Amino acid sequence: MKRTIFFKNKPKIIGTSSIAGPKESNGSLKEFIETKLSDDMYGEKTFEKAESRMLFTAIKNSIINSKKTAKDVDAIISGDLLNQIIASTFSARNFPCGYLGVYNACATFTEALTLGATLIDGGYLDTVVCATSSHFSSAERQYRYPLELGCTRPPQSQWTVTGAGASVLSMQGNGPKIISATIGKVVDFGVTDANNMGAAMASAAADTIFNHLNDCGFSSDEYDLIVTGDLGTLGSRIVKDLLWEKGFDVEKQHVDCGELIYNICEDEYQGGSGAGCSSVVFNSYLYQRLREKKLNKILLVATGALLSSVSSQQGESIPGIAHAVAVEC
Amino acid sequence: MKTSNDCLNQNYLEYVKQIAPKTKQKRSILHAFWVGGVICCIGQSFRFLLEGVFNLSGDELSSYVSMIMVFLGAFLTGLGIYDRIGKYAGGGSIVPITGFANSVVSPAMEFKTEGYIYGTAAKMFVVAGPIIVFGIASSVLVGILYFIGYRIF
Amino acid sequence: MFLETLFMFVKVFAVGGGICVVAQLLINYTKITAGKILVYFLLAGVLLQAVGVYQYLVDFAGAGATVPICGFGYLLADGAIKGAKESLFKAITGGITSAAMGITAAIVFGYIFSLIFKSKSKKN
Repeated sequence: MKRTIFFKNKPKIIGTSSIAGPKESNGSLKEFIETKLSDDMYGEKTFEKAESRMLFTAIKNSIINSKKTAKDVDAIISGDLLNQIIASTFSARNFPCGYLGVYNACATFTEALTLGATLIDGGYLDTVVCATSSHFSSAERQYRYPLELGCTRPPQSQWTVTGAGASVLSMQGNGPKIISATIGKVVDFGVTDANNMGAAMASAAADTIFNHLNDCGFSSDEYDLIVTGDLGTLGSRIVKDLLWEKGFDVEKQHVDCGELIYNICEDEYQGGSGAGCSSVVFNSYLYQRLREKKLNKILLVATGALLSSVSSQQGESIPGIAHAVAVEC
Repeated sequence: MKTSNDCLNQNYLEYVKQIAPKTKQKRSILHAFWVGGVICCIGQSFRFLLEGVFNLSGDELSSYVSMIMVFLGAFLTGLGIYDRIGKYAGGGSIVPITGFANSVVSPAMEFKTEGYIYGTAAKMFVVAGPIIVFGIASSVLVGILYFIGYRIF
Repeated sequence: MFLETLFMFVKVFAVGGGICVVAQLLINYTKITAGKILVYFLLAGVLLQAVGVYQYLVDFAGAGATVPICGFGYLLADGAIKGAKESLFKAITGGITSAAMGITAAIVFGYIFSLIFKSKSKKN
C-alpha cells in the first residue's frame, strides 16, 4: 500500500495570503496575518456571506502576492466547513479559473495542497490556488447551538477560527517547495463526544505522522517542525503519547496551529479549530518563516473530525483524518 | 461494513478520559446556586409587587410573574447578555423560566437570515420544542388519569 | 412584616438556587445536554405535582419553586388535575390553559425580539 507521494518536480508555493477575524488578529500571530478584520461580518449581511468574502479576499490577495493575475491561474482547489461547502463555491464564482471543491473537515487545507501539488507535478496544470476558510459564527450555528443560547462550553471544547488562507502553487517562481505528501486514512477509535474533537483527531494524526516518517525512512529530527492542524492542547498531548508508543519522540518538534493562534490567556479552552485554523497559520507565520529560511523543513499535518450534526445526533462516533504535506525552503 | 461499535477502542477512551480537563466543579456549582437564587428572588419580588399593588393571587399571579420573567429573559437574550450569564452560571440560568425564553429567542434571532417564516417562526422551537411537547403531553396524561381516578373513587 | 418578607426571600433563594445546583450537577457529572435537562426538570415537576408533592414546595418557597422550569411542569399538572374534577374536556385542556400565559409570552416576545435584535458574534 502506497500512502506517501514523493514529488519529482517539487512544486513551489510562490505566494500566500491570510485573513482573520478580530479575535485571531489580536492573538499571538497578529504581526503575520495579512488582512486583519475588525468586524467578523466583513460588511456582509450573514456570517456565511462573510466567510465566503473572506475566502475570496484571501484567494485574490494570494494571486496578487505571487505577482500573477487571475487569468494565469488554472484551477482553484478550496473547501470549508459549511454544508455543501458553499463558502468556497460562492467565492469561486468570482474567478474565471477552474474550480475543484474539496472537503475533509479541518484537514481540507493539506488535502487541497496535496491535490494541487500532484496536478502541477504531473505537468497537467501550471498554477493552482489552494485555499480554505472557516468562521466561528457560521460553524457554531451549524454544528452546535445558536450564538445567543446561554449554555456552557465544556473545558475540552475548541474555538472555531474565523479566517481564511490561500497558497498559490506553481513551477515557475520562487518559494518553499512541496517535497512529499502523505494521504491520511480515516481512523476511528470510537470517540463520541462532539466537544472533544482533539481526542477524535489525534489518533488519525498519529497514524499519518507515523506512516509518513516510516515511508520516508526519517526520524522525527528530520523536520524542524511537525505542525498539526487543530488538535488543541489535549489532542497535542495525545498525539505525542501515541507517537511515543510507536517509537517516535516528537516532543521537541511538535506544535499545533490551534495552540498557536490564540493567546494563552484567552478563554477558548483547548485552542482553535476549523478548516481556517491550519490555513491561516501556515499562510501567515509558517510561510514567512520558511521564506526567511528560519525554518528549513516542516511537516504540516492538518487534522479533521469527520462529523456532521446528523451523525452525532444518531450516536455515531467521530472518525478522524489527517493529511501530511512536507515543505522545504 | 464497520459500525461505530466496531471502532470502539476502550483503552484509548479510558486514556482520553483520564487526561481530559475537568470542569471546575465547586466553582460552577457556586455560580449556578447564586445566579439561580437571584433569578428566583427577582421573580419573588414581582410576586410581592403584583400581590400588593394589583391584588392578584393564585394562577393569575403566577401567570403574570412567568410572563414578566419570560419578557426579561427574551429581552436580555436580544441584548446579547443572556448568553454571557449562561456562560458564567450554567444550570443557574438554564433552569429558570428565563432560560426557557432564551432557548426560544436565540434560535429565532439566529435563523432570521433564512426569512421571517421558515427562519424565525419555524426555527423558534428548535431547542424549546421538546419542552412544549412533553409538557402538554404529560399534562394531558395526568389529566386523564385523574379524571378516571375521580370517576372510580 | 419586614422580617417575614426577608425570610421569604431567603427561602426563595435557597430553593431556587438548590434546584439550579441539581441541574449544574447533572451538567458536570453526566453528558446530558441543556435541552434534555430542561425536559427532565419539566417532567419532574409534572410528576411531583401529579403525586401531590410539588404544591408543598410552592407554598413554602413561592417563586423559588415556580420560576424554575419544574414550576412550569407544576402549573401544567395542576391545571390538568383541577380540570379533571369537572369534566374530561377540562382534564385535557386544563394543563395548557394554566400554562397558556408562559407559552404565549415566549412566542410573542420571542418573535418581537427576534425582529428587533440580531445574533452577535462573540469572542469568548
